[in-house]
Amino acid sequence: MKPEESATTGADLLVKALIDEEVEVVFGYPGGAVLPIYDSLFKQNRLRHILVRHEQAAVHAAEGYARSTGRVGVVLVTSGPGATNAVTGLTDALMDSIPIVCLTGQVPTHLIGNDAFQEADTTGITRPCTKHNYLVKAVGDLARTVHEAFYVARSGRPGPVVIDLPKDVLMNKHEYEAPKKPVQHKSYRPQVKPDPKKIEEAIDLIQAAKRPVFYTGGGVINSGPKASKLLTQFVHLTGFPITNTLMGLGAFPASDKQFLGMLGMHGTYEANLAMYHCDVLIDIGARFDDRITGKLSEFSPKSKKIHVDIDPSSINKNVRVDLPIVGDAAHVLEEMIRVWKARQPRLDQKAHKAWWAEIEKWRGRNCLAYKQDKETIKPQFALERLYHHIKDHDHYITTEVGQHQMWAAQFLKFEQPNHWMTSGGLGTMGYGFPAAMGVQIAHPDALVIDVAGEASIMMNIQELSTVAQYRLPVKIFILNNQYMGMVRQWQELLHGGRYSESYMESLPDFVKLAEAFGAVGLRTGNPSELDGVIQEMIKIKKPVIVDVLVDKAENCFPMIPSGAAHYDMLLGPNDRAEKPISEEGMVLV
Amino acid sequence: MSPTETASRHTISILVDNEPGILARVVGLFSGRGYNIESLTVAKTNEKENLSRITIVTAGTPMVIEQIKAQLDRLVPVHRVRDLTLGGEHVERELALVKVKGTGEKRVEALRLADVFRAKVIDAKSDSFVFEVTGASDKVDTFIGLMEGLGLIDVGRTGIVATTRGSEAI
Ligand SMILES: Cc1cc2nc3c(=O)[nH]c(=O)nc-3n(C[C@H](O)[C@H](O)[C@H](O)COP(=O)(O)OP(=O)(O)OC[C@H]3O[C@@H](n4cnc5c(N)ncnc54)[C@H](O)[C@@H]3O)c2cc1C
Ligand SMILES: Cc1ncc(C[n+]2csc(CCOP(=O)(O)OP(=O)(O)O)c2C)c(N)n1
Ligand SMILES: [Mg+2]
Repeated sequence: MKPEESATTGADLLVKALIDEEVEVVFGYPGGAVLPIYDSLFKQNRLRHILVRHEQAAVHAAEGYARSTGRVGVVLVTSGPGATNAVTGLTDALMDSIPIVCLTGQVPTHLIGNDAFQEADTTGITRPCTKHNYLVKAVGDLARTVHEAFYVARSGRPGPVVIDLPKDVLMNKHEYEAPKKPVQHKSYRPQVKPDPKKIEEAIDLIQAAKRPVFYTGGGVINSGPKASKLLTQFVHLTGFPITNTLMGLGAFPASDKQFLGMLGMHGTYEANLAMYHCDVLIDIGARFDDRITGKLSEFSPKSKKIHVDIDPSSINKNVRVDLPIVGDAAHVLEEMIRVWKARQPRLDQKAHKAWWAEIEKWRGRNCLAYKQDKETIKPQFALERLYHHIKDHDHYITTEVGQHQMWAAQFLKFEQPNHWMTSGGLGTMGYGFPAAMGVQIAHPDALVIDVAGEASIMMNIQELSTVAQYRLPVKIFILNNQYMGMVRQWQELLHGGRYSESYMESLPDFVKLAEAFGAVGLRTGNPSELDGVIQEMIKIKKPVIVDVLVDKAENCFPMIPSGAAHYDMLLGPNDRAEKPISEEGMVLV
Repeated sequence: MSPTETASRHTISILVDNEPGILARVVGLFSGRGYNIESLTVAKTNEKENLSRITIVTAGTPMVIEQIKAQLDRLVPVHRVRDLTLGGEHVERELALVKVKGTGEKRVEALRLADVFRAKVIDAKSDSFVFEVTGASDKVDTFIGLMEGLGLIDVGRTGIVATTRGSEAI
């Protein structure tokens, strides 16, 4: 074929490249600069386009899709306001290591820099909130750039990648370039296989441990379901206790007796004390976030620390570790298991028994206890009942941000990876609902529930229109405390109970709101009705908002106030008076 | 930060794709993460593969320096990051153009000092000189310091470029 015959427009090339990258769904919103792409989408039927109602929601939906499938989520937005609206979502994906490719329209190349209509310096704006970004200046570079973007988004530590596409590039013609397999990127080649010597050293430390704990995180989920299987196997082989970060929930079955629950600011007493008192800490794919460490100088002071991470910049960033291992979690675990089995190490049984006895004592404090009465629904109770009713369904949970998010992490049980999507690093209110849409698109028959707060849900409520259009039976389970509860809790703790602007005035009638969008609204504030309402929600094969009126004053415990050490946990409302917050702690968020 | 973690100066050499935005990525990383840049130079160094070398002098505790290098290394268009300060012996050079105005006694003294520092005269008018001085940064500093008393008008400095000693590539 002569080049002219095989040449197609940039927009058609783009669609072809997406199909070759095995993309099935694109979450987007049209506009002038991307009209050629929408025209190409119109002419084909391989790619499904989901029209959201706000570009931020497109990115969160793609995140939900990506996190629940292990694939790359794809977003398409127009230039200027389309791109700037996507920025929160991109930042969210960067912080939580979610693979996203976001296509943004741009004014034609000859107008770039002229303050043209709907022009924004998209690569400039998104440089700090993407893993990488591209401005495609010639149609000849387009297909290759798309393939490279997918490689970068999903390889190593995953993250969001933006491709900025000037309109003339989309309209010019060129031949298609298929992806090269395997990809050999000229500069970006993350280390996947660990150094075998380090594995031996790690097993030396692990087998000599007397008070060990596994501390594992989102990296295990990022690595894929195989990593979770291997982790579970290795933890069983060793018999050691394990705790997960918020992002790691599901990587190890929550019902397993070796599981101590989540650690950190709102983690369990037993998990945090195990971190404090351990002698060997085995970190796999967790990044020593400040929600975990609390006061750095008092963080796990007696332990030798092993840190497995695919991103060298996560290692020795906040906490100095003794044995860094760069590599992919699944590869590392596979090697660890191999060496462990070959050595058949004999552990110090006496020491381990004593360690578990101590842990059981901490567990005995029953730190998540709460008192349910006959009058008002406690949020914790609502979630326990929710879990009771959904556990035998194929279910996925997303959350918004706030107290309800922490209670969801504490009271729902995650038995497998990729079934829990929450905004951890950025803490983006408004994440959960669009993320749930993305999950539902990927898993049409599953029960997908956004555990929400009444304040957060207002931030992307317009997406009710999207779920109506695509008949997505997403469930929004609002723990309505009529407060920005998490803000109110901090004001109670740090600002003398002066609840400045944290009360939710003029809330909508969520039942009527649901109905206005053709969804179903349910409401209860009565503990005895709760089970019935949840069962009804599950039965309805349409989008449902459940407005659960919960105790307005309930706070989330345990809590390690910011800047405090792991042993300085507040276990309940009465703890507060004895432990004033330090000045250092006051400046932290 | 523990008391043993004192800050020190490091010269870091970064080999990057010569593409638009690469400098913004590197500089944005430093400003966004609160690292400081004492000196920065950049130029295309490999025509065939279209690569540039960026040389950055920065300061920080060992943990911060390690973090800076890891952060640089994860930028997609970065090929190689080398810490010349840790990597053994290396040489550093900087070039300055120093403009001095004066007549009589001071003019003669400026010329005499330029000779001592092996600075070249690259422009001369009846009442001014432009000197080109090359060397390690402290030598350049000293020369500029001496010119201050002799009618210093302007200074332009390139910032540091550096390479390892011996036959190995950086
Ligand atoms: C209101 C609120 C309260 C919070 N409270 C808590 C809390 O109490 N407890 C808590 O745990 N969190 C809490 N968080 C979340 C917290 O902010 C962080 O998002 C979270 O702790 C980070 O989880 P992670 O360490 O698992 O890292 P992630 O952000 O999931 O990062 C993953 C790490 O794994 C690495 N990695 C990626 N891929 C791989 C691979 N293939 N192999 C190996 N490594 C890989 C990455 O490089 C990175 O270092 C809270 C968030 C909010 C919004
Ligand atoms: C976009 C955004 N703005 C502000 C915040 C700060 N913030 C964190 S939690 C919270 C309150 C959330 O209230 P609600 O959704 O009702 O949840 P609750 O804590 O009451 O369960 C706020 C305002 C945030 N995380 N995200
Ligand atoms: Mg609320």
